Formats: sequence, structure tokens, C-alpha cells
Amino acid sequence: MLRRTVPILILASSGLLLFVSAFSPFTVGLQEIVLKWFNILAAVAFVLGAGNLLAVNLEQISSHRPGWAYSAITLAAFVGTLAVGMLKVGAVPNPMYPDVHFAGAHDDPQAPFGWIYGYMLVPLTSTMFALLAFYVASAAFRAFRAKNFEAILLLGTAFIILLSQTAAGMFLTGWIPEDSVFSFLRLDVIKRGITEYVQTAGMRAILIGIALGVAATSLRLIFGIDKSYLSKT
Amino acid sequence: MQRIWRVCATLATIATLSGLSAFAAAAPPAPTDVSAVDVPGDGGAAIHVRWSVPAPAETKLAVIERRIVAPVKEGEAAPADAPWTEVARVDAKKGAEPGYTVSGLPNSEADRHASDQIVFRVAFIGVDDQQTAFVEAAPVVARANLILFKKIPLAIVCAVVFASVLGWIFLARSGGSVRIRRIAALEAIDEAVGRATEMGRPVLFVPGIQDMNDIQTVAGVTILGRVAKTAAEYDAKLEVPTSRSIVMTAARETVQSAHFAAGRPETYDESAIRYITDEQFGYVAYVAGRMVREKPAACFYMGAFYAESLVLAENGNAIGAIQVAGTAEASQLPFFVAACDYTLIGEEFYAASAYLSGERDQLGSIKGQDAGKLFAAAAILTGVVLATLASFTPSGPLAGVSSAFRAFFGG
Repeated sequence: MLRRTVPILILASSGLLLFVSAFSPFTVGLQEIVLKWFNILAAVAFVLGAGNLLAVNLEQISSHRPGWAYSAITLAAFVGTLAVGMLKVGAVPNPMYPDVHFAGAHDDPQAPFGWIYGYMLVPLTSTMFALLAFYVASAAFRAFRAKNFEAILLLGTAFIILLSQTAAGMFLTGWIPEDSVFSFLRLDVIKRGITEYVQTAGMRAILIGIALGVAATSLRLIFGIDKSYLSKT
Repeated sequence: MQRIWRVCATLATIATLSGLSAFAAAAPPAPTDVSAVDVPGDGGAAIHVRWSVPAPAETKLAVIERRIVAPVKEGEAAPADAPWTEVARVDAKKGAEPGYTVSGLPNSEADRHASDQIVFRVAFIGVDDQQTAFVEAAPVVARANLILFKKIPLAIVCAVVFASVLGWIFLARSGGSVRIRRIAALEAIDEAVGRATEMGRPVLFVPGIQDMNDIQTVAGVTILGRVAKTAAEYDAKLEVPTSRSIVMTAARETVQSAHFAAGRPETYDESAIRYITDEQFGYVAYVAGRMVREKPAACFYMGAFYAESLVLAENGNAIGAIQVAGTAEASQLPFFVAACDYTLIGEEFYAASAYLSGERDQLGSIKGQDAGKLFAAAAILTGVVLATLASFTPSGPLAGVSSAFRAFFGG
């Protein structure tokens, strides 16, 4: 009983508090406390995550499973970064306490930890992000194939939007005077019409649905109607 | 020569005297009736300052300054050592009752206590840019009110939506009809897991990259329960890489619970649900690499996704996996629609938990959600009709009704 009732009570009280704090400034302090509790929980849970990371990768290495070298690299990076950060290896001295080793900032760009972040992590994540361009191209190639009426509409719309964003768009229709009766044929005008009316209307419909979905889901959770997130064991 | 000097000195004296007289004439009269009152129905961060303008023709701007002083007893003067801070320079004559609402006062505990008194003073700048002396208002306290007045319309809308959801839940309990249309993406769960079982390949479930305080992750973990139960029944291998430690713990509980529910507790493998990293693209690199190496036959993406959505979905597409996605991130929906076989769009994603449970209470809440949608559609339609009619008679009563309607909904 405790495994189910206590979590539901915590969820219901926290949920109601967060809801009321949107309307009453008197509960803002309590709302901040709830959010701090979550941060404390997340910090404690991070130990679990780090333990899991170590256990899984050590097991992978010890049993020489395929790809164990990746695990070795992961562990070396994890332990190395953790040690450099926590022991403040090479930390830039604090001007107020130059003789106290641990007074220096560990994340200073000049310190090894800052160096690892700036020259290893950031380029690696940027590389992954840059790959997105190729994935967008391949997804667009597949999505814009004119298989049926809806796909033709999508293709036509994408063609207009893409063309209007380039110099070719202005070259093709830019000569039509903006104040003439044919100004609606200008690609920039068509693009504005598509993005401001068609796309915005569709997006708002989705957003209204999402907002109502959040409200209904929150009510189900707060009133304990939906308990599927709790263990039944 | 002496005469020239005398003439010059006379001219200089005349010029100086005329300049001084011009200065005296340009300075407008100082403000009168300066007062400061707390703005009602706010969070305790706004004060309205009022003044009277004795000579409007000579006055241009009002300079408002404030200083926060420690609580003082009624009738006592405020300490004089608190520094003055300029708040604003505004049109001194604007409106029937000239004044200015000072908002955004520091209201955090570190900056100011709720009972601190604030003293405002106002000076005028004339048309010749000459400033008058400051006139102080009586000290005032910016009090936080129980309810924010500007949020009352939102509270009414919330009350209507909540009432409709709860009303439908009670109706469903009492035996009302709760038929819900078929959601293809949820029906496809069995098909996708079955296919993975037949092919002897694993099922991959990605619960997004946000923590459990994001309601999308909660919705994703709920769907994980159903996927895990089906996988346990079919004896398919399920892998759940997570980017947050708490999500890993919640996912383990859910999957274990699903294995118990399927009557196969011995097949539960805790190591298949693992924490990877909080770093967005580090997580993506792991999952994409895993997909390429292990080639799962079914991939589920349920939760909060950002730039990584397309990387994951395209990799899944490249390995020929059957893919089902669900998210409420509107900006990522097009990517999932383009690359996945089935997509739960926004509200469908939130409805999934109720849909999969099949419980009357939960299905009733979806009906209530639909009633809320009807209310939104009716409000939009009313607003459009009112705005259209008001555009024909801009000064008529309909224009007032239209603008009041728009203001109610925060427009």
C-alpha cells in the first residue's frame, strides 16, 4: 500500500501546488521548494546512473563482448573527466586565495576540465549536430516523392518555401510591383501567406490539442486515476 | 578704449541677466499631489505613481525615482541614507490622470522584504530641458495579493476544461458511452513487437531525453509498460537506453512490472535498461551506433525529443525497422511523420495511456478533453465572428465587445 499511496499523495500535493502557484504569488516559495526537491532527487539518482554506467561497461570489457573497446573508451573518458573535475587538476588559482588549491574554478576555460569541455566535448557534439543536415536531406528526398495527392501538396509547398528563401525566388518574381494587383504572385507573398495562415493555423490546432492533453493527463495523475507509472509489484 | 570696455561690460551684464531671467521662466512648476499606491491583484512588484501638472504647457517629462527603506512606523520619516534609483522618464501629461505604473520592483527576499516601504519622488523637465525639484510621495508598501487578477481569465478557462474532464470521468463511471476512435500507432505496437520476435531481433524503446518531471516522459514510460508487456508475452528482447538516471529507475520498475503482469518474471533483464549520458548528442551517438550494430526490428520513440529526433528516426529507417513515434514537441512532429511508420501527434500521445488501459475512468477523461476542444473551437469561432463584425463598425458597441473578448483570452 505504501509503495502506491505515498507516491500518489506526493504527486497530488506537488501537482496541485504547482498549479495553484500559477495563480497565487503566495505559493511561489513552496513551488520553488518542490522544484528543489526534484533537483536533490535527480542528483542522488545520478549516482545510480553513474554506477550503472560503470557496471555495464566493466561487464562488457571483462567478458570481451563485441564492441568492448567502445566501453573501454567510455570508461576512460568518464573516469578521466570525473577525476580532473573533482580534484580540480590544473585549476586556475582563485585570485582571493591563490595558495588554496581547491579554491580555483574547475570549469575555467584555461583549466584542463574547461579544455576538455571546449576542445573535445563541444566539437564532438557539434559534429553530431552537423550530421543532421544529411539526415534532413535524406528525409526530404523520401517525404517529397509525389506518390499521392497529399504528397504532391507537400512537395509543392516545400518547393515554394525553399525557392522563396533563395535569390532565385526574388529573381523570378521580384519584378512584380508590390502594389500591383498581381503582387499575390510574388514568391515572398505566397510564402508569407503559407507560413502565417496555413502553417500557423495547423500548428495552433496541434498546440491546443497538446495543451488539453497535458491538462487531462495531469488531472488523471493528480487524482490517482492513472497509476500506470507506478510499479504493480 | 575705456569706453569700449564699459560698453562690453554693460552688454555682458545685460546678456547674463537676460539669460538668468530666461532660465527662471523655462523651469516649469514642480509636480503637485504626488502619491504612490500599491497595484491591486499583483504579485507585489508594482506601484502606481500619480501626480498633477500645474502648468501643462511648460512641462514635458516626469522623472520618477525610488528608494527602498527599512520598515518604519506610521508617521515616522524614512531613513535618509537609502540611495535613490531612477525608475523612468515618461510623458508628464499623458492620460486624464497623469501617472506611471512602476513594475518589476525587486521582490526577491535578497533584494527586498515584503514589508519594506518604498518612497517615490517625481520631478518635471520643462520644454527647455530644465528640471524642477523633486517632490516626494508618502511611503508605500508593495503587497503581494492572494490571487493575480490578470490570471483570472486563465483560471476560468482551466476551470471549464477541468470540469469537462472530471464530468466525463464521472459520466463514464456511471455507465455513459466512452467509445474512442482507433489510434493506428497504438494498434501497431503488437505488430511491431511481433515482427521483431519473428525476425529474432531486439525491440528498441527510447523514452526521450528529458527527466521524469516532464509530463512527456511520464506518458512515454506509460507506453513503455504496454510495449514491455507485449515483448514479455512474445519473449522478445527489449532494450531501453535512457539519458536520465531517474528515467532509468522508473523504466526498470515499469518493465519489471510488465513482466510480472505477463506472467514471465524470469525473463526480466535489468541490464537491458541502462543509463547512457545526460549529454544530448552523446546519447544520440550511442543509440544511433547501437541501432546500426544491433539492427533492432522495431523502434519506439516516445517522449520529449529535440534535434535528435531525425537522427534517430532516419537511422531506424535506414536499418529497415518498423518505427512508432510519439511526442508533444510540435517542432519535431514533421520529422517523425517523415521518417516513421506511425506517429502519435500531440494529444494522441497523451491519450495513449488512457487508450491502452481500457479503463472507463481514463477513457472518460479523453472524452472530457474532446469537450475542451469543442470549447476552444467555439471560442475561436466567436472571436472570428466578433472581430469581423467589429471591423465593419470600428466605433460601434461590437468593437468594444470584440476587444473585451480578445483581452479576456490574453490577446
